[in-house]
Amino acid sequence: MTASPLSEITRALLAQRGWRVLKDRLFGWTMAVGGLAVISALLTLFLFLLWVIFPLFRSASLTPLKASAARAEPALHRSLNEYGDLEFVVTADGRYHFVDALTGAERDGGSLLAPGRGTLLPGLTGYRNHGVLALGLTDGRALLVTPTYRSTFVNNIPGVAASLSYPVGREPIQVLPVGTKLRALAAATTADSTTIAAVSDNDELTMAYLAPAGGLALDPDNAPLETTLMVLGRVAGPVTQVLVDPDQQELYTVTESGEVSFFDIRDKAAPRLVETTRVVPGGVTVTDVRWLAGGNSLLVGDSRGRVAQWFPARDQTNARHLTKVREFTALSAPISRIEPEYFRKGFVASDLTGQVALYHTTAERTLVVAATGLGELASLAISPRAAVLMATDAQGQTRRWAVSNRHPEVSWHSLWEKVWYEGRQQPEYIWQSSSASSDFEPKFSLTPLVFGTLKAAFYSLLFAIPIAVMGAIYTAYFMHATLRAFVKPSIEIMAALPTVILGFLAGLWLAPIIESHLLAVLSLTILLPLSVLLASLLWSLCPLRLRALLRPGHEVLLLVPLICVVLALAMGASQPLEELWFGGSLPHWLTQKFGFTYEQRNSLVVGIAMGFAVIPTIFSISEDAIFAVPGALTTGSLALGATPWQTLSRVVVLTASPGIFAAVMIGLGRAVGETMIVLMSTGNTPVMDFSIFQGFRALSANIAVEMPEAEVNSTHFRVLFLAAFVLFLTTFVFNSVAEVVRQRLRRRYGNL
Amino acid sequence: MAICSPNRLSGTLKTWARTGNPWVWLTAGAVSLSLVMVFGILFLIASNGLRHFRAAAVAQITFAEGAGAPLLGEIVDRESVTAVRAREAGGRVPADATMVERFLIKRGNRDIGGEDFRWINAPDIQTLDYPADAYTVERLEWGNLYGRIKALHEGGTSVPLVELQPRLARVVALRADIDHLERVAIGGTNYALDALHRREKAQRKAGATPAALASLAAEEKALAARYAGFTAELEAKNVAISRDRLRLETIEGETREVPLAKVVRAYAPNQMSLRQQVAHYGASLWEFLSAQPREANTEGGVFPAIFGTVLMVVMMSILVTPLGVITAVYLHEYAKPGAVTSAIRIAVNNLAGVPSVVYGVFGFGFFVYLVGGSVDRAFFADALPSPTFGTPGLLWSSLTLSLLTVPVVIVATEEGLSRIPRAIREGSLALGATKAETLWRMVLPMATPAMITGLILAVARAAGEVAPLMLVGVVKLAPTLPLDGNFPFLHLDRKFMHLGFHIYDVGFQSPNVEAARPLVYSTALLLVLLIMSLNLAAIRLRNRLREKYHAAE
Repeated sequence: MTASPLSEITRALLAQRGWRVLKDRLFGWTMAVGGLAVISALLTLFLFLLWVIFPLFRSASLTPLKASAARAEPALHRSLNEYGDLEFVVTADGRYHFVDALTGAERDGGSLLAPGRGTLLPGLTGYRNHGVLALGLTDGRALLVTPTYRSTFVNNIPGVAASLSYPVGREPIQVLPVGTKLRALAAATTADSTTIAAVSDNDELTMAYLAPAGGLALDPDNAPLETTLMVLGRVAGPVTQVLVDPDQQELYTVTESGEVSFFDIRDKAAPRLVETTRVVPGGVTVTDVRWLAGGNSLLVGDSRGRVAQWFPARDQTNARHLTKVREFTALSAPISRIEPEYFRKGFVASDLTGQVALYHTTAERTLVVAATGLGELASLAISPRAAVLMATDAQGQTRRWAVSNRHPEVSWHSLWEKVWYEGRQQPEYIWQSSSASSDFEPKFSLTPLVFGTLKAAFYSLLFAIPIAVMGAIYTAYFMHATLRAFVKPSIEIMAALPTVILGFLAGLWLAPIIESHLLAVLSLTILLPLSVLLASLLWSLCPLRLRALLRPGHEVLLLVPLICVVLALAMGASQPLEELWFGGSLPHWLTQKFGFTYEQRNSLVVGIAMGFAVIPTIFSISEDAIFAVPGALTTGSLALGATPWQTLSRVVVLTASPGIFAAVMIGLGRAVGETMIVLMSTGNTPVMDFSIFQGFRALSANIAVEMPEAEVNSTHFRVLFLAAFVLFLTTFVFNSVAEVVRQRLRRRYGNL
Repeated sequence: MAICSPNRLSGTLKTWARTGNPWVWLTAGAVSLSLVMVFGILFLIASNGLRHFRAAAVAQITFAEGAGAPLLGEIVDRESVTAVRAREAGGRVPADATMVERFLIKRGNRDIGGEDFRWINAPDIQTLDYPADAYTVERLEWGNLYGRIKALHEGGTSVPLVELQPRLARVVALRADIDHLERVAIGGTNYALDALHRREKAQRKAGATPAALASLAAEEKALAARYAGFTAELEAKNVAISRDRLRLETIEGETREVPLAKVVRAYAPNQMSLRQQVAHYGASLWEFLSAQPREANTEGGVFPAIFGTVLMVVMMSILVTPLGVITAVYLHEYAKPGAVTSAIRIAVNNLAGVPSVVYGVFGFGFFVYLVGGSVDRAFFADALPSPTFGTPGLLWSSLTLSLLTVPVVIVATEEGLSRIPRAIREGSLALGATKAETLWRMVLPMATPAMITGLILAVARAAGEVAPLMLVGVVKLAPTLPLDGNFPFLHLDRKFMHLGFHIYDVGFQSPNVEAARPLVYSTALLLVLLIMSLNLAAIRLRNRLREKYHAAE
C-alpha cells in the first residue's frame, strides 16, 4: 500500500482537471458566442430596415464621364438612347447621324431632306416629345422624325442598331400657308393620329391633324394619311414656343413676356381657346417651357432662374384653369434649357452661367446643383433611363455625367405633407403606389396609412379598455378564487386565437350581422351596462334569504345568462324596430339623413374584432398589477372603515395604475401592428375619414398587400420598408415605455 | 311593495349607490361579457366547422304561381329580415309584410344553372319536402349535383343501381392509384431526369470524358424507359376509370351524364339511416383531413396545409430551441448583470411585441433577396435566372418565424432559470463541479419544463401567424409537398401551404365565398384546436413547474 485511495482519486481528478477546465471554458464560450449571435441577429433586424430605407433620402449625384470623343460640332438637336451610349445629332445643314459616345465613331448618318427639297430652319430647335422630333423648314413645312434603337446580339456581343424612322412619311408636311415663315413648331404622335402645331412669324397659329384616311384602316402602318389643316387665327404674340401634349388634347402657345394661351383641342374639328394666362410677373421673361413626363404639366423657366410647374386644375365649377402648383428656385441666373425625364416626374434645368440642377416635382426636391464648366448651353439631353446627362454648348463642346438618382420621388414633404398631384384640385394626402399607365405619378403619402392604423387602434381600444380594465378589476379583487382560477386562463387563451380567424369572422360573419342589426349593436353599448345596473338594483332589493344563495364574488354566474338574454333580445328586436323607426334599414337611413357613407366592412367591425384580440393582453397584465397590490394596503383601508369599493377605487386601482397604463400601452402596440384583422375586415381603401362607418387602410395591411408585388429595390419597395420601420419604432416605443413603467412598479411594490 | 313610494325609492337608490355595489356589478358585467364573447366565438367556430361534414338533407321546393321553377337543394341558412331589405335583395315580398322569413338554398349544379346559392322568401314557397330519391353527387369539378339517378352505364349497357356504391369504391381505389402514379412514380422520374440534366450540364461545362457522358446517357435512357412504362400504366388506368357513367335528371328536367371517374361520393341523404349518417360524417371528416384540395381550395381536404403548417413549425422549433436556450443561459448565467444586460433584456422583451408583419418584411428583404440571392449565385448559378433559394420558401419561413418567436423562448427560459433555488447551484459548486457541469447536470435539467413551456408558446404563436408567411413562403396551392421520396427528401426551397393562409385565401380571395365558407370554418376549427391544445399544454406545464419548485424552496 503505497498510496491511500483518497490520494489516488485526487490524482485522477487532477489528471482530469485540465480537460474539465477546458470543457468549462468551451461551454462558456459557446454560450457567449451563441447568445451574442442571437442578440445581434435581432439587432440586424433594426439595422437591415435602416439599410434598405437609407437610399430613399440620399440626394442625387453627378459623376463626370469621359467627354465624348466626337468632334465638337454645332447642332440643332441632340438626344441620347436608352443607356446613354449613343447620341442622335441633327445639324443645321439638314443632316443627321448617330455617334457612339465612347469612341466618337459616327454611325448610320444621312440627309433628312432630298437635295433641293428645302433647308432646315436654323433658328428653330426641334422639340422632342415622346420620341417624335419636329423639324421646321424655311418654307413653312415640317418634318417629323423618330430615332429608333434596337438591341442586337452579334457574335455574342450585345450592341445597339440605330436608325431613323419617319412617323408620317419622309415628305415634309406643309403646316403654314406657302410663303409664311415658321416661328414655332410642335408635334405629338400616337399609333393612330398625329397633331402638328405651328406658329408663323406674324403669330398665326395653325394645326395639322393627320389620321389614316377613312377612319380605321385594316393595315394602319401603310394606310394613306389624311391631313386636315386648320387655321386657328392670330394669338397673343410674339410667340416663342408652341406645345402639344402627347395625347393631343391640349395646345399651348407661349410668348416671351409669359402670356400662355391654352387651347382645348380634344375636338379636332373645333379647337377652342380656353384662356390666356400670364405665368410670370412683369419685367420677367419666360425663357423655356417644356412638358413634364406624361404631358400633364408645363415646366416654365424664367429669367429669374426659377422653374415653375403649371397645369390646368379644375375649379368648383369644373372649369379648367392653368394653375401654378409649385416653383423651384435653386438656380439664380436666367434659365436657358429645361429637359424633363422620360418616365419620372423629374427634370433638369440649366442657367446662363452653365449651372445645371436636377429636380423632382412631386417630392419638391432639388436633388443636385452642379457647374457644367460650359457657358450658355445649346442643348441638354438626358437618357430615357435617366442614367446619363449630356450638356452641349453652342460650339458643340460636350460634357457627360453619370446620374445616380434612384429615388427622387421621396421626401419628407411627399411622405407626410399634403401634395398637389397632377390633375388634382388641391393638395391632398394620397396613397396610390402603382397604376397601369407608365407616366403615372406615384403617390407615396404615408399619412393616410398612419391615419388608418391610428383609427383602428383608437376604435379597438375604445372597445377593449373598458371591458378589459373593468374585467381585470373584478377578477383580481372581487372574484372568488375558485372562479378566478377558471376565468383568468379562459380570457387569456383568447390571446392565442389566431388573428386570421378573428379577421375571417369579422369580415364574413360579423360585418353582415352588424349591417343588418346596426340598431342592436349601437344600442347595446347603453343597454348592456344599464341592464347590469338594473340587475344589481333588483338584486339589492331581493330578500336576504335569496341573496344569501349567491356568495360574493360569484355575480358573474348571474350576469352571464343575463347578458346572453339581453344580447338575444336586442338582436331579435333590432330588425322589427328598424322597420318601425328607420324605414327598414338603419344604415340606409343614416345615409339619407346625415349623409354618412356606410361601408359593410367598417371601423366598427374592426374595433370589435381587434378589441377582442387586444382584451386578453390588457386584461392579463392589468389583472396581474391589481392582484399584486400588497395586502397590507387593502386590509389597512378596510380596517379604517372604507367599503370594498372605496378601498378599490381609492387605494388599489391608484396603486396599480402604472401597471394598468403599461397594459394599455402594450395593448396599443398590439393594435397598431395587427395585420390580418385589419386586412380582412376593412375595405382597405386609403381614405382619411374618422367616421366609424367607413373603412381605412392600415400600414400593416398595406405592407402585406403590396410587398409581394413591389419590384425589389424600387422606390415603392423601399417606401414599404419605411412603413415597416415606422411600425417597428412605434411598437418598440410603446412597449419600452410599458416595460419601464412596469419595472418601476415592481420596485415600488418591493418597498411597500 | 317597498319601492312604490318615491321617497322610499330615492332612499333605496341612495343606499344602493353608496354601497358601491353598482360598480362592482358593472365590473362583473365586463368579465361576463368577455366570457360570453370567448365561449360564443368558440361555439360559433365549432358549430359551423363541425356541421360541414354531415350529409345535408336535400329539400325540394315548389313555388307559388309565377315565382319561379321548382328547386332542389340544401337549405344552408334561414333568417328573418325587414321587408325593405328583402326587396333590396330582389325578392318578391307581399305589400303588407313588414318582416320576411327567407332561406338560403344551395342548389349546386353550377355547370347548369350558374347560380350556386339563392335566397328564397318564405311567402313564395308553396311546398317544401324532402324526397327520398333525391341524390347528392359530389363531383371533382363543378361542385355538387342534385338530382335523381336515372341509370348507371358501363359502356353502352345499363347496370343495376345497387352496383353504384361498389363501382364508386372501385373508382376511388383507381383514382388513388392514378394519383400515386402521377405524384410519386412519374413525378419522381421527372425529378430524377431534371437532376440528371443538371449534372450533365455541369459535367459538360467541366469538360467531362466521353465515357462519363455515355454513362449519363445510359442512365437517361433507363429513366426514359421507366417513364414510358409509367405513362403506359397510367393510360391503362385512365381507361379503366372512365368505364362507368351515371345518368341523372335534375329538377329542371335536364338529363346529365356524369362519368363515375369525376364523382367523389353519391348518396341520397334523405333516406340515410343513422349508421349511414355517422359513416358519411366520418368519411367526409377523413377526406377533409387527408385529401388534396379541389376547385380552387373550396372543396376537398386540407392535407397539404396541415402538412405544411406542421412541417414549418417543426423546422422552426428545431431552429428556435437551441438558439433561445443558449441566449437565455448567456443572459442569465454568463453576462455581467448591469445596465447593458438589462437593456438587452428589455429589448428582447420588446421584440416579442414587434408586429409580425415587420418580421415578414425583414425576412423578405434579408433572407429571401439578400441571403437567398447570394446562395443562388454561389451554388445554383446554372439554374439562374430562375431562382432556387432567392424566392420565398420553407427555409426562409422557418427562419423568419424562429426570429419572431425566439424572444418568447428566451423570456420563458430565463424565467425558469431564475426560479431555480440558489442552494442547488451553490451545493453543486461546493462539491467541486465546474460552472459548466453545474449548468449541464443540475440547472438546465431543472429548467427543461420552462424551456418546453417557452417552446410550446412559440409554436402556438408560429402556427397562428399568417402575415409574415404571406411574404416569405406560403402559397395558395403548392403542387408538391416539401417532403417527399425524391432525394434530398426535404426540399427547403419549396413553397408550402398553411392552414392560416388557407383561411385567408379561401375566405377572401376565392370567387365563390359562399360555397367555401363551411370549409373555412372547419379549417378554422382545426387551427383553433391545434393552438388551444398547445396553449393548454403550456399552461399545465407551467403550473406543474411552479408546484415543483415551491416544494424545493
